[in-house]
Amino acid sequence: MAEITLRNVRKSYAKTEVVHGVDLDVAAGEFIVILGPSGCGKSTLLRMVAGLESITEGEIELGGKVVNQLEPRERGCAMVFQNYALYPHMTVGQNIGYSLKIAGVPRAKRDERVGKVAASLGLEDFLDRRPAQLSGGQRQRVAMGRAMIREPKVFLYDEPLSNLDAKLRVAMRIEIRKLHQRLGTTTLFVTHDQVEAMTLADRIVVMNKGVVEQVGSPSEIYRRPETTYVANFIGSPGLNLIAATADPDKGKVTLPDGQQLSYDTKRWPDVGYGPVTAGFRAEAVRLAPGGITGSFEFAEELGSGKLMHCNFSGHTLIAHAFGDRSFQQGEAVSFQIDPSAVHLFDAETGRRLAEADGSAMAPAPRKAIAETLPV
Amino acid sequence: MIERTPVLDFITQTILVLSLVALLMPLWVVFVAASHDYQTVNQVPMPLWPGSHLFENLSAAWAAGNFDRVMLNSVIVAVGVTAGKICIAALSAFSIVYFSYRLRMLLFWLIFITLMLPLEVRIVPTYAVAANALGPFEAILNAIGISIRLPEWNLLNSYSGLILPLVATATGTFLYRQFFMTIPDELAEAAKMDGSGPLRFFFEVLLPLSKTNMAALATIMFVWSWNQYLWPLLIVTDHANYATATMQLQKVVPGPLFGAPPIWNTAMAANLIVLTPPVLVTILLQRWFVRGLISTDK
Amino acid sequence: MEKRVTFSNTWLAAALILPQMLLVFVFFYWPTGEALYWAFTLERPFGGGNEWVGLYNFEGVFGDPKYWSSVRVSMIFAIAATVLSLVIAVLMALFVDRRLPGHQVYKFTFFLPYALAAPAVGLAFRFIFSPDAGFVSAINQFFPGLWNPALDGFDALLLIILAQAWSLVGYNFIFFLAALQSIPRTMSEAGAMDGAGVMRRMWDLQLPLITPTLFFLIVINITDSFVNSFGIVDITTGGGPARATDLMVYKIYTDGFQGKDYSLAAAQSIVLMVLIVALTFIQFRFIERRVHYT
Repeated sequence: MAEITLRNVRKSYAKTEVVHGVDLDVAAGEFIVILGPSGCGKSTLLRMVAGLESITEGEIELGGKVVNQLEPRERGCAMVFQNYALYPHMTVGQNIGYSLKIAGVPRAKRDERVGKVAASLGLEDFLDRRPAQLSGGQRQRVAMGRAMIREPKVFLYDEPLSNLDAKLRVAMRIEIRKLHQRLGTTTLFVTHDQVEAMTLADRIVVMNKGVVEQVGSPSEIYRRPETTYVANFIGSPGLNLIAATADPDKGKVTLPDGQQLSYDTKRWPDVGYGPVTAGFRAEAVRLAPGGITGSFEFAEELGSGKLMHCNFSGHTLIAHAFGDRSFQQGEAVSFQIDPSAVHLFDAETGRRLAEADGSAMAPAPRKAIAETLPV
Repeated sequence: MIERTPVLDFITQTILVLSLVALLMPLWVVFVAASHDYQTVNQVPMPLWPGSHLFENLSAAWAAGNFDRVMLNSVIVAVGVTAGKICIAALSAFSIVYFSYRLRMLLFWLIFITLMLPLEVRIVPTYAVAANALGPFEAILNAIGISIRLPEWNLLNSYSGLILPLVATATGTFLYRQFFMTIPDELAEAAKMDGSGPLRFFFEVLLPLSKTNMAALATIMFVWSWNQYLWPLLIVTDHANYATATMQLQKVVPGPLFGAPPIWNTAMAANLIVLTPPVLVTILLQRWFVRGLISTDK
Repeated sequence: MEKRVTFSNTWLAAALILPQMLLVFVFFYWPTGEALYWAFTLERPFGGGNEWVGLYNFEGVFGDPKYWSSVRVSMIFAIAATVLSLVIAVLMALFVDRRLPGHQVYKFTFFLPYALAAPAVGLAFRFIFSPDAGFVSAINQFFPGLWNPALDGFDALLLIILAQAWSLVGYNFIFFLAALQSIPRTMSEAGAMDGAGVMRRMWDLQLPLITPTLFFLIVINITDSFVNSFGIVDITTGGGPARATDLMVYKIYTDGFQGKDYSLAAAQSIVLMVLIVALTFIQFRFIERRVHYT
């Protein structure tokens, strides 16, 4: 049974609709990351699940029960906020135990549970401090402790790592993942950071302008983007996209400057003549003669390789290159791309063109997450 | 300081010292005049250093001004106004900021507008209302057809008359509102997620966080209400029982400038008695006072 | 500005705001309404309620040369005291903001005068400037009769202007200093890199940046000079000599409570209210908007 179900959930402020009908099923124990740029409606969606935002249209079910009309405290969710929202005048212990106090749990019992939660987060020594006396990472832990102590059915995270520095962010990411493995609580996690999304999620929900663009496992999203938006948003750099004209007889697409790329005709049997958007990953490019040719502009050094920005008659395409060879500005560079690495999208809608069933890139069947996690 | 400017620095310091002297001079003069006997204080120009009669002048002024009673009255009024403002303003600001209902903005503006017209400006009608504080309700009830006689509640010569009209302005509400607006939304959301209702949030989160603002408001309200002059003058006719300290200043000088010359040393001693409490409060609590000043009026 | 999350218990919200609304209604809106009523009516001589008289009371007010003299004196008083205290306060704030050694001392002493009750200020100034005691009277030893606020209207007006300016300097200073300190230090540093000296930076950078505060203070000072002046005038001059210091609020008080002419006093109150509301309105609508840089 799905732990969280969203059915055609919409949100409007005055007359502007910011969430345009979202459907989603989340299995018990699943870790879902909602990924999108700022202003795409992802936080609004999360807050509607939490009960902090009213639902304009549609239904939200938690554990099989419609919760649209329930107060936040009746929904059994716990939330970690972006700025942690710790009560500045309470100690760490009081912060973590506040919800129990409100629920009328007796003091001794409360202290015991606060102690346990604090210990599991390494906060035992800080119980009497105030939030202002803690580091960013410690505050983050307190916020998590405050969520954990309620033993909620669902964890909600609203960009919880974005106020931390890069190193701490990686460390906390790992802690959140471990915590999820240990507790197995169903989780919704909102972020704009694709690395966070890729590393944490069982499934990613990519949102843009209030619409869900794609739902899928991290590798699906990366390897088989459903729309040009997802293709460009995921990966660093995003998928190279270029307008082209398809010629299914030859199994080629023609770029604006006349150069041609081959694609896998078995995989895309139904492509018609005419405009398409072609795409390929920078990682799929080999620098070798005989491919499409452009002129070198500049390179971003990554240490492990470099990102070569090249100009193909006005379009910049990027290749991830290895090796020490350096190029001069304006020097001719040739890209070889394996036909199986070429993605095709509808030129107008930006949606991925229909592929043959059972094509090589289709995702491997996934095990039900709930089974693989210790409960 | 970015560059070295010795000449300008010297000028700056000189001007600052001079203005400090000019600003504190009147206070010093009050103090010095209160410490001399009648002959010395009437010398022209008077001495600049204090004499030895401070305490006899103070006790003479204390007795003449009935300060035993009026100081108590002033304290009662100042504390009453301060406490009333702090409580009522916190509640109303909480209602305006943290609840959504249709009349919210209208009520906010109705309260906010009162900031514009201080009591002194509308003194005549306010005085008339104070003579029968239930009058407005009676008039309204009669107007909508309910013919009723409410008991007359006369505020003249009473502490409620001295206190209530001074509580009825928006300074405090406005200060709390400004402060509540700076509290992150997430805090209220976290409290909601933790299962807290509005009153619990108000008492356990909002009020503890407002401590410094309350202190600022309290300081400024205490000084403000202590210094009230025109209103007590009107509402109190029973001077023996309800006069406040500032009102007594009128007693120690005979009439306006013309007429018999005042007994300056006792007059200044009385002045010293009246101005000491607010000056002490501002000096001791100056951090709150300055903060309160700046945040109540913006 | 609104909160993203609110509570929805309307009854509770009403209960919370009720005490404040009751007070405001009884002691603000009702009296203000009643002042309007009185201003347009006259009490019948033999009882039996009030009679509608239209603008009669206002005609009485505006037709009275004493009223116009009161308006004139109030304007001179308000403008002179405001300008004087603002100029001194802004200079002091600019100099204190240079943060030379010892500047903290000024920060904590300059605002003391504001803590004094208006009549206390009045009494102190009356003594210092009295014609036969205190300090200023020393002038009379050299030029007999030169200074006498009891007889000379100009002297009396000057006396209350000085007292009012003195009591407001500290208040203005606090606001100016707060405004100056909210200007980032880097602004001055950038100015210095551009070659502007200390005085130049005050004139070109700091003064323009605190103009919003300046306009705010102008309104507050003028309002305060209508309101606070009562205590000063009552203790020092009693409106005299020959109405030379008969400020508007003082006149309302004498007409209404000593002359017992409520209708006349109410009409004057209305005029004063309109004046102050107009001032505040100008502040909100025009000035604030024009001088915001952020």
